[in-house]
Amino acid sequence: MIRIEDISFAYRKGRKQVFRHFNAELELGGIYGLLGKNGTGKSTLLHLMAGLVAPSEGRVLLHGEEMHKRSVTSLQNLFLVPEEFSLPAVSLDRYVRYMAPFYPRFSAEILKRALDCFELSGDLHLDRLSMGQRKKVFVSFALAANTEWLLLDEPTNGLDIPGKRLFRKILVQEMNEERGVVISTHQVQDVEHLLDRLLIVDQGQALLQKTVAEVCETVRFAQTSDPDLLRRAIYQLPSLQGASVLLPNEDGVESNLDLELLFNALMEKREEVTALFTGVKDDHVAR
Amino acid sequence: MMFKEGKPIYWQIADRIGDDILSGKYQEEERIPSVREFAALMEVNANTTMRAYEFLQNRNIIYMKRGIGYFVSSGARELVLDYRKNTFIGEELNSFFHEIYTLGIPIEEITSLYKDYVQTVEATKKFFEENGMSF
Repeated sequence: MIRIEDISFAYRKGRKQVFRHFNAELELGGIYGLLGKNGTGKSTLLHLMAGLVAPSEGRVLLHGEEMHKRSVTSLQNLFLVPEEFSLPAVSLDRYVRYMAPFYPRFSAEILKRALDCFELSGDLHLDRLSMGQRKKVFVSFALAANTEWLLLDEPTNGLDIPGKRLFRKILVQEMNEERGVVISTHQVQDVEHLLDRLLIVDQGQALLQKTVAEVCETVRFAQTSDPDLLRRAIYQLPSLQGASVLLPNEDGVESNLDLELLFNALMEKREEVTALFTGVKDDHVAR
Repeated sequence: MMFKEGKPIYWQIADRIGDDILSGKYQEEERIPSVREFAALMEVNANTTMRAYEFLQNRNIIYMKRGIGYFVSSGARELVLDYRKNTFIGEELNSFFHEIYTLGIPIEEITSLYKDYVQTVEATKKFFEENGMSF
């Protein structure tokens, strides 16, 4: 479990705080969607989780150890794929020889499966790849590192159309109950069906921390022109079928998560939407 | 994978497996892919796929052999047809009725169109069979 305890963080003393007394708990076995508007600190949060920066107050704990102390065991348990990264000008084989020993559970089979799935093979030279290909290679390596935690910052950015589909396939295939994944993204359609937990951040706080199952128990999403549903809607956007609406799930109807609608509703009708969720327990098991 | 709006995704996945049982892709007493394999195929979270499997298991369409996997029950075809018929009559037919009522289409017109439809399908089927093609 990654436990984020009451952290505050600013890039410089006296500058605006990115997080103020922020709390979150992330459990293994889940694929988390980390969402927030531009500049709300999603990447900063991933950096805090990876121990790349230290909170000014509070603690980020992995197995009870503070991440920013960067102990060997905590670093072996976590892999971060930043949105932008550079790779050395060497062959993939050589890269694996240099880097894999840092990850005791590194799996050459996972690497091969992921590269095969992305249709990358043969003698790969890391400096002779396009941006999208580099991303595919790095994500494959990250999965193969087989760490408990995998943090992905905008993983689908730069991937081509089939690449996004293959990314979803590979991630689901290599996911298991002993792993946890955090995906920070604005491309909600790319990952919507992959997620089972949501962490939505806004104004330095965790605005929503729920499983997708809890969200769908509490609110209902519909494409509708039904006047009754429109009347009960807390938030709506015009659509071809009349409107996309979010309403309290009073009838216990199970609908599919519409992440974009949920996010927009939270941003624009913050109090009304969060009020619906108070009372739903945080530690409910994902289903 | 594209999913229809409205119907829960796990339900659509269950329908898809049901279709594969009806078409004979998965035979009775045959093993079906694991939850994780099927989740990867559908590109959805394994929990969602697990719910589809539970849904089918609760209807005795598939069963689990501990440590081996999920298998198609004998008699699964009938059970798939049953639940599909029930959900069709319970839900889809209702919105169909709503539509023909709103548009003021007499039921006789629908009956006659349906008869034409059945004739066309059966003629095509016959043509395929006579020419040794699978329908």
